[in-house]
Amino acid sequence: MSFLAKYIGQKVKRTEDPRLVQGIGHYVDDIELAGALSIAILRSPYAHAKINSINIDRAKNAPGVVAVYTGKDVEGKVGNVPCAAALPDLKVPKYPVLAAGKVIFVGQPVAAVVATDKYKARDAADLIDVDYDPLDVITDAEKATQGDSPVIHEEFATNVAYVHSAGSGDVEAAFKQADRVITQRLNHQRLAPIAMEPRGALAQYFPGEQQLNLWSSTQIPHLLRTQLALMLGIPENRLRVIAPEVGGGFGSKLNVYAEEALVGWISMRLNRPVKWIESRRENVQATIHGRAQVGEVAVAVKNDGTLLGLKYDVTADLGAYHQLLTPAIPTLTGLMLSGCYKIPAIQMTCKGVFTNKMATDAYRGAGRPEATYLVERMMDRIAQELNMDPVELRRKNFPRPEEFPFATATGLFYDSGDYEKALTRALEMAGYKELREEQKAARAQGRLMGIGVSTYVEICAMGPSIALPSGGWESATLRVEPTGKVTVLTGISPHGQGEETSFAQIVADMLGVDINDVLVVHGDTSVVQYGIGTFGSRGIAVGGAALAFATEKVIAKARTLAAHLLGTNESSLTFENGRFVGAPDDRSVTIQEVALAAYVPHNVPPDFEPGLVATHFFEPKNFTFPNGTHICVVEVDKETGDVKILRYIAVDDCGKQINPLIVQGQVHGGIAQGLAQALFEEVVYDENGQLVTGELMDYTVPKAHQLPRYELDHTETPTTVNPLGAKGVGEAGTIGSTPAVANAVIDALAPFGVKHVDLPLRPEKLWRLMNN
Amino acid sequence: MKIDISINGQRREADVEPRLLLVHFIRDLAGLTGTHIGCETSICGACTALLDGKAVKTCSILAVQADGAEITTIEGLAKDGQLHPLQEGFWECHGLQCGYCTPGMIMSACGLLGENPNPTEEQIRHGLEGNLCRCTGYQHIVDAVKYGANRMNAQAAKAD
Repeated sequence: MSFLAKYIGQKVKRTEDPRLVQGIGHYVDDIELAGALSIAILRSPYAHAKINSINIDRAKNAPGVVAVYTGKDVEGKVGNVPCAAALPDLKVPKYPVLAAGKVIFVGQPVAAVVATDKYKARDAADLIDVDYDPLDVITDAEKATQGDSPVIHEEFATNVAYVHSAGSGDVEAAFKQADRVITQRLNHQRLAPIAMEPRGALAQYFPGEQQLNLWSSTQIPHLLRTQLALMLGIPENRLRVIAPEVGGGFGSKLNVYAEEALVGWISMRLNRPVKWIESRRENVQATIHGRAQVGEVAVAVKNDGTLLGLKYDVTADLGAYHQLLTPAIPTLTGLMLSGCYKIPAIQMTCKGVFTNKMATDAYRGAGRPEATYLVERMMDRIAQELNMDPVELRRKNFPRPEEFPFATATGLFYDSGDYEKALTRALEMAGYKELREEQKAARAQGRLMGIGVSTYVEICAMGPSIALPSGGWESATLRVEPTGKVTVLTGISPHGQGEETSFAQIVADMLGVDINDVLVVHGDTSVVQYGIGTFGSRGIAVGGAALAFATEKVIAKARTLAAHLLGTNESSLTFENGRFVGAPDDRSVTIQEVALAAYVPHNVPPDFEPGLVATHFFEPKNFTFPNGTHICVVEVDKETGDVKILRYIAVDDCGKQINPLIVQGQVHGGIAQGLAQALFEEVVYDENGQLVTGELMDYTVPKAHQLPRYELDHTETPTTVNPLGAKGVGEAGTIGSTPAVANAVIDALAPFGVKHVDLPLRPEKLWRLMNN
Repeated sequence: MKIDISINGQRREADVEPRLLLVHFIRDLAGLTGTHIGCETSICGACTALLDGKAVKTCSILAVQADGAEITTIEGLAKDGQLHPLQEGFWECHGLQCGYCTPGMIMSACGLLGENPNPTEEQIRHGLEGNLCRCTGYQHIVDAVKYGANRMNAQAAKAD
């Protein structure tokens, strides 16, 4: 495949921005349909309770109310919320869209009120009387596995949804052989994704056409269509799902939610457009959470720092029900336990456990940040125990570039990588040696300076179909219109990642056309061929690759016609800068001229199929494995426990970069989220299952003044998994940053003999450690 | 209650419930949907607009409190097809990804530059502490505000 380098690799300004900076894009709530009704959802205030009765009389008679629905109304009419993850002996509870008989987490939908406006709908929801009998609550995932725990789903007689084992190699032998075994109990706290646009859905049913249109703030319009068609019993080809402008996702909108089905069903039932927009309080209660693993890691090492084996015994807090991928997320942790090191024997045992909380699922990184955090935390623990420099320990255990593709004991083949290179560059940018000197001097003055290093590898560009319940391919259609304008239909569904721009860069370079002549269309299932969507850092590496193949098909077809038009054979033609050249008489023809000739086929070869369109479904043969090194320098205030970030250096390798400006943005945002996990964020439920951090007042998304200026560079080790050589960058920052920050803070506290502190590293926690 | 609010130079009279939030007046009655809602507790700042020149969170103000006021929303910034220097800055510096916080962020920056036309990086970061962005990690937003400030100062110098 050949590309110009006019746009690819350039910091092209995003084409989506003019509408967004003017506030004239359309998110779900900005779409107004005549006669639309508003839906308010009444949610459970209890984490575990029996519903004795629901009285809706007062609500039904309230001003403006059109209808009120409860669990009884939807039973047998709307299918359960689906779980697509498949694991051996997985227990999958029935998850009704409105609670039936029992509620098992705070925020679970109990009733839906439909009214003429949102104020009236909310007023009426307050008039519904639900008689609850509170039941015993279990919120601690480890305690939930014990015999005396309340059981959430009686039909299973246990809270353990599954037990999953992963890894290979002789772990027992490795531990026997080891000079040292270092163990550490680690908690990965529960996080909330907090996309700035909460969820929302709008539906309109056309009874004559028997067609349902449903707008949703989703990352996966096609997968959502399939699932909603099944839930609502509507033929899939009569359901049109549209993801309009979507205000962030981070995995939280890679799902199928009860409310989306309810909105569709209510619209069909009332023959009226209906809209539901999630409030932030609902968003923290009833949109998926992430992380939430607690367990013990043990690493077997030789005295010289050589890693021999790793064991991870973990309990994953799944929450009350499975959402789309809930049980699968902790299994991704198991895949990445080798980190970027040679570890010959690895064993993970994971218990997935029900608790009276919102479901966990894919949040930016989805299972891999947990792996990187525990491996990188352990590298520092080991270095501390062996009195080695943490950088030397890491370097010692890297696979060398010539060892790629590198097979891990977790069953993966890392496609390509040069871990040393990114590390060396990051150390150079940081001035690592000098920093260690500075640290010594600081300590001598009684100042708590810490340096944290994290060398990570992640698995992305999801992925071969075998690894995903949905299929892991992606689709693209490339259409050159009769006037030579170019339309791209992509199955990915960007919501901030900027593929309207980066895809146009790819096409413009391949076709030799102006970037402004390329329009990238996405997110509408009636316009775009079936696709998988945007998650797992797959946009460019899978969706972009599909597009490159589709473009190549168009060029091949255009070449046939060009040869005919120029009266020569195809092999003598080369395609340069949008023009087929090389005819004996020096004549040439542009792609635009060929397009017109293809649609007005007055002069074409025999059997020529009119039009200039191609579709390609690209199935990658492997994942990609981006890597990098992050270095964080902090100072902890002895008096207050406050952490000040002095420097943040990140050298990432996502393979070939299509748009370095967008890559930078992805890395910045990823670092911010991972850093926030290290220092600020935590979803807290109390022992009654009440969500204590139920608003942005309590759930601490970081602000501008709490974050540092990031110093970035990159290395480039292309992948051969796709023709673009791009590996994906959406999650790298999140994965690399949490351990870098944690290691830095814990390093700062070394004078106090601190070896480990669970996240988040809030001032109060650190102050207590120092003043113990 | 009868109120009369000017939004982006256009007067809007309406008879509203006293409890109607200003952001709903702007979005639902005036149909200007660039002002977004992200939290309803005045933390996220997605709903920021200018009220008589000052940046306010329109989710925490009643429409009746804005009676007689001049409101500027994100839709009122570009003039004659020309982006406002801050809008230009956000585009130029990749100061946005999903775009949801962007209108509020730009309106807050407008308020900030109204009070301090030459803010330092530290002042910009503190000046935007009422606005959350989940995508960018803020660095490009800070760059965008600096860019906007420089352009506005250059324009002002030219006008002098």
